[in-house]
Amino acid sequence: MNNLWGDSLSGFWSAWIIIITLGTIAFSWWILVSNRRTDKTPDADGNVETTGHAADGIEEYDNALPKWWFQLFIATIIFSLGYLVLYPGLGNFAGILGWTQEGQWEEEVAQAEERFTPIFAQYQEVPIPELAENEEAMQVAERVYQNNCAVCHGSNAQGGYGFPNLTDDDWLYGGEPENILTSLHNGRNGLMPSWQQLGENNIGNLTQYVLSLSGLEHDAESAEQGEATFASVCAACHGPSGTGNQALGAPNLTNDTWLYLAPGQEVADSVRQTLRNGRNGHMPAQASYIGEERVHLVAAYVYSFRLQD
Amino acid sequence: MAAIEYQTELLTCIIKRVAAPEHNATGYPLTAFDGNIQMNSALEHPTYNYKVVRQFAIMTVVWGIVGMLLGVILAAQLVWPQLNLDLPWTSFGRLRPLHTNAVIFAFGGSALFATSYYVVQRTCQVRLFSDKLAAFTFWGWQAVILSAVISLPLGHTTTKEYAELEWPINILIAVVWVTYALVFLMTIKKRTTSHIYVANWFFAAFILTVAVLHIVNNAAIPVTAMYSTSLYAGSIDAMVQWWYGHNAVGFFLTAGFLGMMYYFVPKQAERPVYSYRLSIVHFWALIMIYMWAGPHHLHYTALPNWAQSLGMVMSIILLAPSWGGMINGMMTLSGAWHKLRTDPTLRFLVVALSFYGMSTFEGPMMAIKTVNALSHYTDWTIGHVHAGALGWVAMITIGSMYHLIPRLFGQVQMHSVNLIAVHFWLATIGTVLYIASMWVNGILQGLMWRAINPDGTLMYTFIESVEASGPGYFVRLIGGLFWVTGMLIMAYNVYMTVKRSEAIRQQPAPQAA
Repeated sequence: MNNLWGDSLSGFWSAWIIIITLGTIAFSWWILVSNRRTDKTPDADGNVETTGHAADGIEEYDNALPKWWFQLFIATIIFSLGYLVLYPGLGNFAGILGWTQEGQWEEEVAQAEERFTPIFAQYQEVPIPELAENEEAMQVAERVYQNNCAVCHGSNAQGGYGFPNLTDDDWLYGGEPENILTSLHNGRNGLMPSWQQLGENNIGNLTQYVLSLSGLEHDAESAEQGEATFASVCAACHGPSGTGNQALGAPNLTNDTWLYLAPGQEVADSVRQTLRNGRNGHMPAQASYIGEERVHLVAAYVYSFRLQD
Repeated sequence: MAAIEYQTELLTCIIKRVAAPEHNATGYPLTAFDGNIQMNSALEHPTYNYKVVRQFAIMTVVWGIVGMLLGVILAAQLVWPQLNLDLPWTSFGRLRPLHTNAVIFAFGGSALFATSYYVVQRTCQVRLFSDKLAAFTFWGWQAVILSAVISLPLGHTTTKEYAELEWPINILIAVVWVTYALVFLMTIKKRTTSHIYVANWFFAAFILTVAVLHIVNNAAIPVTAMYSTSLYAGSIDAMVQWWYGHNAVGFFLTAGFLGMMYYFVPKQAERPVYSYRLSIVHFWALIMIYMWAGPHHLHYTALPNWAQSLGMVMSIILLAPSWGGMINGMMTLSGAWHKLRTDPTLRFLVVALSFYGMSTFEGPMMAIKTVNALSHYTDWTIGHVHAGALGWVAMITIGSMYHLIPRLFGQVQMHSVNLIAVHFWLATIGTVLYIASMWVNGILQGLMWRAINPDGTLMYTFIESVEASGPGYFVRLIGGLFWVTGMLIMAYNVYMTVKRSEAIRQQPAPQAA
């Protein structure tokens, strides 16, 4: 009992499942077969006499079970018993085919790998700038992109709130082939800390200074007061002039790219929100999902956007 | 003048009914019309509690309109997502559970309460066990529905499908349901007939099982007043949920409505039930086997292989027991087919049985793993559910209501039989449009999702399959509009029937017949 045919369930539960499964099927069989026929003979219309009792005027004939229905019932039971011999179902009994869904999946994946890996392997040999000009490769790459990347970066790769635009020339982590490859392969974690402890007054001044960096409308007096705070707090990552640092993924604050600007939102509100609460950008590592070969191909696809302008 | 004509009509009818041998056969001379012999001022039946039946019957129509209207709004949102209105309370994710709860538990539930209370009294020939407890089930159930109408749009949800309501409401449901079981079963216990009629077997099985399903699946640890976490975790939670979910279909939407079918089909057709022994076999097989079918909702998931297989094979065995009910209903009509030409109420009942047969064939097929691999997560499932919910549950309910409502309000028939016929065609065409469009969408989505290019990449992105589903969503919306229109016609017809009954009530009693 400790181990009825396998070890995924305890012996007791395996036996329990087998007994109640077969018991339910046996009960259905018994109630079906034992009620099949009636010993009463049919009248001219083919109906046998009623049971003799009526409920609110409703009487009941005692006709035999329709033959085709009886046979259908038996057929489904036989099919099911056959299935339970071939496939897992009766507790720990694995079925004589040894089938499992995990096995089926592994088999299908192995077949797909064998068929498709060579296609991607040939592209992996080609350097990214060259691959980006290979039209056929880029068609394949686009499909990989659309099914894996578009959900965040958009089907036109222009990004969205919190998701970088891949088609412009503003790069958080650098736009050279090796930068793109690293972003895809290992993923990125962009962290902007919260600066709530500076107080609302300082955050307000810093906001005005950040607006001034990209030439947006701002309060000059307030921005002037913010400049000093920027130099001591922000410049470490965003640089003394606010042009950012691609080694850290610190954005350039002097252009008009605003990653966290919600539709309809004022830039000032977005910047203030960032300073108060911080931001957490996460690009998941792709190598373990789609494999090295496809990462290489998608990197070339992202690189190819610069060729289109 | 109209009133005099009507009284003549009533009298003729009463004479006919009393003379009808089927009513003498019961040895029980009371019919729904007898109240009018005395023209008594109240609509109370001298023996039976019709008040609670009338209340539930009227609410069936009201909740039917509400539930289906919500369905139409959701269908429209899938065609025009702007109709989410960018408000949390009107977003698809919050209205969808409100739609399913309103249709299943408010509309279907009220119909089951109404018909089970009516049928159990008439077939056991006794008044309900307790009028007070029956009244409690009515007001309690309406309170449950009202809580759903408020809490679901506010975003309170357990996230369990068809069991979204939060724990305080679940406790109320459990109390109301146990009271319902008590009223129903005690009424059977004190019956004056020797046999328990087959309709009551199905009603009793439905009531008892739903109590067990509801309590087990909703077992949770309350965290705040409107938030709780399930007592189960991971794939066990999923298995408990779909054990509940599929048996909500099996017992609430199948066994309960088979109980309805077993009374109203032979009544409306005025024919004996085809086979008593068939009802025995398919009843026991149905309730034994349905319990096992839940895992087919979890094919190719973290559920163990053995559980998936058992769910599949039991679903296949379920085909014959399900069809037993259809055969018994259909064959009951043999010898009365000509009545379909003149009786649109009977047409509702017959078409309901046809859709029942169709969807209980489709169900086992979709439970087969290879078919499920294509159909799962597509609109095919939505179509299948609506073949059952519209074609079977709503049609059998509406047919039963058209039989029941005039009798509850001391009338011979509904205000307009022609409007029943119009409703019938709207409902039938609406159902066909709905399920055909969802078949097309479902197979389209299933095939698009698995199509691959020669390089192994997916041929279509997910959004492309959504775009391709647009026309199907539009056709489905049209189908839904057909349904809501039909329900509004029904509401008008019911209103006029009740109004006529009120007019008669307010007349002074005649001195002599």
